[in-house]
Amino acid sequence: MASMETMTNDHAAEIDRHVRVYITVFVTLMALTIVTVAISYLHLPVHLAVSVALFVAAIKGSLVACYFMHLISEKKVIYGVLVLTALFFIALLLLPVLTVRNGFGIHG
Amino acid sequence: MDIPYTVEIRRDTGLTNGKIAIWLFLASEVMLFGALFASYILIRTGAPSWPRGSTILNVPLATFNTLVLISSSVTMVMSWASLKRHRFGTFRMYMGATILLGCVFLIVKYFEYSHKFELGLFPRTNNFLAIYFTLTGLHMLHVFGGMCVNAYFLGPGAKQWETNPEWFTNRVENSGLFWHFVDLVWIFLFPTLYLL
Repeated sequence: MASMETMTNDHAAEIDRHVRVYITVFVTLMALTIVTVAISYLHLPVHLAVSVALFVAAIKGSLVACYFMHLISEKKVIYGVLVLTALFFIALLLLPVLTVRNGFGIHG
Repeated sequence: MDIPYTVEIRRDTGLTNGKIAIWLFLASEVMLFGALFASYILIRTGAPSWPRGSTILNVPLATFNTLVLISSSVTMVMSWASLKRHRFGTFRMYMGATILLGCVFLIVKYFEYSHKFELGLFPRTNNFLAIYFTLTGLHMLHVFGGMCVNAYFLGPGAKQWETNPEWFTNRVENSGLFWHFVDLVWIFLFPTLYLL
């Protein structure tokens, strides 16, 4: 009975720890959103602006995926699915670019 | 016949069926939005000139909406954490807040769209607006879809908490994964369309 109670207390403490992490991530995401907007007012050259904006977005996206979606402690199968998705996603982004480089569709 | 592996873990995947299913669904969603992002890059790089998003779109309103969607992600994950702690009342509060924040997001988008239409700016006006309306429109449909699922878990679906609380908790977690994905897409859409 006592061990059952200890287990419940441990479980509750673990959830509380998670909640503290969620709040930290929330504050960080809010701050990074303000940073993204502030940087846009600097009117950086396009290439630099794109790089910085996507870099900040990538950090924010990683925080959401790792902590809110629990990817930081997920099973191998999920990582496998995501690696495959990432490969197809990159191919999807590159295909149109390669098509343009080849000249298809430009003189068609 | 009962649906298998809703609560117990499958040996081969180490997951419940619902969890693996939602991640496979999200993988297909990545490809859907990926195709549109690829179209955006292609159209933008091929255009002789491209307007800066902030000259056409309302950045303060979109910033507000970003903060709203991030807040809704937190309330969503807190609703799941509440179930894990067997606090059903707190779950209802957080889930209600998530749906409410989703409503706020859609209302702000409604005003944004209405303003564009009043100015005579439609998807047919130019390529920038075409890709803007397509991407944000599809994203809004996802927000609406997520709200419907969450409303189900707050309303009629909540009865399952009495009969099978673990399964209910897993279902809310899966619904949350979709909601966070929608938030994640917006995190990339916001700078891409509004700030660059």
